Amino acid sequence: MSEHNIKLPEGSIGKQTTTLNLGPTHPATHGVFQNILELDGERIVDATQTVGYIHRAFEKIAERRPLYQITPLTDRLNYCSSPINNIGWHLTCEKLLNIKTPKRVDYLRVIIMELARTADHIICNSVMGVDTGALSGFLYVMQFRELIYEIYEEVCGSRLTTNIGRIGGFERNFSNTAFTKLEKFLNEFPKAWKELDNLLTRNRIFMERTQGAGPISAERALNYGFTGPNLRAAGVDYDVRVHSPYSSYQDFEFNIPVGTTGDSYDRFMVRNQEVWESLSIIRQAYEKIQDMDPSVYHAEVPEYYLPAKQDVYTKMEALIWHFKIIMGEIEMPAGEVYHSVEGGNGELGYYLISDGGRTPYRLHFRRPCFIYYQAFTELVKGSMLSDAVVVLSSLNLIAGEMDA
Amino acid sequence: MGRPVRFNINAGVKLVKEGPEGYGGEGFFTTRLDKVVGLARRNSIWPLPFATSCCGIEFMATMGAHYDLSRFGSERLGFTPRQCDLLMVMGTIAKKMAPVLKQVYLQMAEPRWVIAVGACASSGGVFDSYSVLQGIDQVIPVDVYVPGCPPRPEAILDGFMKVQYLVENESLRRRNSEQYQKLLNSYGIQ
Amino acid sequence: MEYNKAMGLNNEYIQQRLTEKFGDQVYGFSEPHGMLTFEAPKELNLKVLQFLFDDENLRFQFLTDICAVHYPDNKGKELAVVYHLHNLVDNVRIRFKVYTDINQPDVFSATALYSGANWMERETYDFFGVNFIGHPNLTRILNVEEMDYFPMRKEYPLEEQTRVDKDDEMFGR
Repeated sequence: MSEHNIKLPEGSIGKQTTTLNLGPTHPATHGVFQNILELDGERIVDATQTVGYIHRAFEKIAERRPLYQITPLTDRLNYCSSPINNIGWHLTCEKLLNIKTPKRVDYLRVIIMELARTADHIICNSVMGVDTGALSGFLYVMQFRELIYEIYEEVCGSRLTTNIGRIGGFERNFSNTAFTKLEKFLNEFPKAWKELDNLLTRNRIFMERTQGAGPISAERALNYGFTGPNLRAAGVDYDVRVHSPYSSYQDFEFNIPVGTTGDSYDRFMVRNQEVWESLSIIRQAYEKIQDMDPSVYHAEVPEYYLPAKQDVYTKMEALIWHFKIIMGEIEMPAGEVYHSVEGGNGELGYYLISDGGRTPYRLHFRRPCFIYYQAFTELVKGSMLSDAVVVLSSLNLIAGEMDA
Repeated sequence: MGRPVRFNINAGVKLVKEGPEGYGGEGFFTTRLDKVVGLARRNSIWPLPFATSCCGIEFMATMGAHYDLSRFGSERLGFTPRQCDLLMVMGTIAKKMAPVLKQVYLQMAEPRWVIAVGACASSGGVFDSYSVLQGIDQVIPVDVYVPGCPPRPEAILDGFMKVQYLVENESLRRRNSEQYQKLLNSYGIQ
Repeated sequence: MEYNKAMGLNNEYIQQRLTEKFGDQVYGFSEPHGMLTFEAPKELNLKVLQFLFDDENLRFQFLTDICAVHYPDNKGKELAVVYHLHNLVDNVRIRFKVYTDINQPDVFSATALYSGANWMERETYDFFGVNFIGHPNLTRILNVEEMDYFPMRKEYPLEEQTRVDKDDEMFGR
């Protein structure tokens, strides 16, 4: 070999396995993370993950920014369902500041969060279909993501990275157009979701590809720190909305779908059923709102919520609060708080330590994707290469949440 | 869900551009070679979506049925750089990812174009931190920048149409010219 | 206080059990916003975690999060490693902190007990430099491998210092 100019790595002649790089840019990895697989023929012997290809240093940036400027950062964590991240951050701030929101605000937040969860599961399930070869299901249900974007636009002005809401409520009341679009969504979406259901759930090809791909037992899942649909597919019914209810989730009746084996098919089915449950929650919230005073959309906290413009022009106090809030000069009380919400992928936690200044002393995000990606090695050892692709897409790994 | 066109019906606005100028007759048409090549290239660009973060989801919406990218000729997305003309970089590029991006760019065959979609790809965006590359033009030459965070699908389509304009009007000798070589050398690409 | 199954697990019971087992080596009990928080010396962190895991009434068998905080003014105890634990059956959360000196930030790794602690500790090492003894693969996870400093410590700036294209005066730095 010495007369050739090829430099081979150590020990590569005697190696029995092939190293395959399922690299950061690959159509199957939805997001940028890398898997280096050791293959023996087609069977996977070992897998090493590399993350950090989109590390944007959120936690360090957050130490420089006052509370409202952190909301756009939280958007970019799980960007498929960004209202959940925003509202979770506002709930954390409200917990630190001891602010109580009125019921109508809670129900509106529930509607927005369940819409976001639906949007996240739409992408995950239809992309699972794409990865196993069924491309058209994706195109049919993405139309309804456009409708959800239109509802977000009515409320906050932007489609994807929403920066929705304020500490204490929403920036503006939901207009009638928003409710009309919500009704249109509730009327038309179940049909399309049923179509995707019919396409994939009892489809023999899909079932054979996904059943048995990447199973995990409940004990191992709990030991790894799995949460969300991946844990529920393994059989544990842990849902933050039920265990530590926030934003008045205790007023709603919904079931938690639970799987048995924790393989990709169970994950698909759990997400599928969760969308039906989310639609039912949205309907319940929408009915409850009809009997409430329609002018309430935020809590009365002048120190943290921008006062109305007429007051800013006429009253001195309102002018001072407006100035202080915009410039970010409001001081937080010192303390530490940990709050978590049920994101699209599991328990999204915010650990906020404040030392009494205008910016947090330390803000840490407990990101579910980061924590369960470590288990990928165990999920995929011994299975075939194509199973690795299916497992990756069924775990719903969002790179923004993984690296933060 | 469609509604009939209501405005500008009688204004004499032509929605479809006529072909390139040339001399034609019954069964033949002569024009300049680079015009024909430009026309063919602009209507069949094969993009490589290098989607890293949130802008990638807006790209998925652009590919969807509502804001259709395939009517511009990009029905087929290639995920391998060897087969694609247009590198669409969508999302934040961290310093860890920059060598990967450069390698993907180097693997593309001439002629190749690059569009930087979103604020993060154009200039680092919101993330002015130690780990984010402040704009992909630090590592590869870029043709079109689309601002926005994330840009609306209409903005992405507008950027794509600007790339189409560049593709159509590019001289056939540009890729071998000295100016282009100097540009590539300034990025360390031979 | 006996464990009253009807009343469930509450913070006084947990505090009492911990002080029974470890005496005054666990200290600093407080309840910010309802979550019991306490500290212990860094040599005991695995013993405390094991006790909370195995005890049949405490059963804190879910590790929610591990992170670290840098307090540059606390001489001798600059880095705090914070464990958030959760008892899923009784729905109780607690927070457990260990402090360590920045010149010798060695803390025992919890990977033998919780497999999920693997990457959480790698992230803590990457950002703060806490050396977890017994960790199977303590390397950088989110930052580039060639980085030679620990960026989340308070003395390092947020922006990259070698950049020449951005004008600091315009960007308010």
